[in-house]
Amino acid sequence: MKKDIKLLVEGKRLDGRLPDQLRPISMKVDVISRADGSAEVRLGNTIALASVYGPRALYPKFLQEEESGIVRVRYNMVPFSVDERKSPGPDRRSIELSKVMRLALEPAIFLEDFPKAAVDVFVDILQADGSTRVAGINAASLALACAGVPMRDLVSACSVGKIEGTLIVDLNGIEDNNSESDMAVAMMPGRDEITLLQMDGELNKDEVLRLLSLARENCKKIYELQKQAIREKYKSGE
Amino acid sequence: MIVLPGEFLDERKGRKLGKGVYEENGKVFAKVLGLSKITDTEVSVIPLSGTYLPSAGDRVIGVISTVEIAGWFVDINSPYLAFLPLGEAVEEFVDTSRVDLSKYFDTGDVIFCRIVKVTKSKNVVVSMRDMASRKLYGGVLVKVTPHKVPRIIGKGGSMIQLIKQKTKCEIYVGQNGVIWVKGENKGKAIEAILMVERESHIPGLTERVDRMLSS
Repeated sequence: MKKDIKLLVEGKRLDGRLPDQLRPISMKVDVISRADGSAEVRLGNTIALASVYGPRALYPKFLQEEESGIVRVRYNMVPFSVDERKSPGPDRRSIELSKVMRLALEPAIFLEDFPKAAVDVFVDILQADGSTRVAGINAASLALACAGVPMRDLVSACSVGKIEGTLIVDLNGIEDNNSESDMAVAMMPGRDEITLLQMDGELNKDEVLRLLSLARENCKKIYELQKQAIREKYKSGE
Repeated sequence: MIVLPGEFLDERKGRKLGKGVYEENGKVFAKVLGLSKITDTEVSVIPLSGTYLPSAGDRVIGVISTVEIAGWFVDINSPYLAFLPLGEAVEEFVDTSRVDLSKYFDTGDVIFCRIVKVTKSKNVVVSMRDMASRKLYGGVLVKVTPHKVPRIIGKGGSMIQLIKQKTKCEIYVGQNGVIWVKGENKGKAIEAILMVERESHIPGLTERVDRMLSS
């Protein structure tokens, strides 16, 4: 997938963004009426749709935990989400991402409030253009909040990386495929706790620290947008 | 005011922690999406959504799901099944080795009961040993969001009385969000209940329901 193209021209990226600029973001909650909670998050051309069901009874019984509930996450890319048709169903990548997203969301949820039960989170990527896992985490945390699941804080995520020696925020598809390094960060901004940190490629210590603070800063921006999205929905209710 | 999970509410200052909040280092944060309620004695959040989690004292409507040797398991519209022991349901002496309990309640029967015990690992016990509890014959069940139940009942039962009067229906409301309706005009009554659920946040609800039922 690697292409020989210049990703940075006169300090601007291929889509005209500055290195530390996010793509246009839009968020909507309660888009699926039959789910307990749902949300749609768009990061530029990436569209993630999350729906949450539960807490609900968990069977088979051997999956039940006596003292706490469990979270099940399914990450799925729909066949038409990418340039070349993706064959449907789970594959190695989506199974891994499902687990990664579950680990990112679990610390935020009060699992002990619903022992023996399960919360199901379904994340579908309708259109993929880089940073799908962070879009998915953002959507899932909004959907969880709307479903009334008890949480410590909302989880916000953003991706950062390095192209041609420059540190950038919110990688799109081309940048993702051609980057020297990329990092996905999810955190609970209100508590300043990181729940997910993944990195691919090569970075030195200084760059890692700089990328982390960049990610932290942008997660806070996304956090504000998430809060705004929920408030928007209930505005008439106050 | 609407608060989101993780939002700082207030310093605790020795006050009681209500539902929907958690405490950390003397600070109280919201746990769920809801409306905050901060008074001199208590800090709590009234949730706007979520499934029903049983708590002792609630009056609920349940459907018998299985008949056991010495009681029944009841579906109470929550992640947990509730158990109705024989002694909490039948006054007379029953010889469990000879009698089939389905002669009292069979699967699919609807009962109006009270939750008497909820353990830490969410074993729920319900009882029918009071005046209000009964088996409900016929009728239809409607499910609404459990947190909208106070709206459907209204201040001092005003809303539910209005619907009952206008439609001449028999209505029972469970705190688990299950409503039982019986009567000739039940279509109208259900319509009114769903209208309350949908529009509970818009002022002037009672008048609108009144108008809808009179038309």
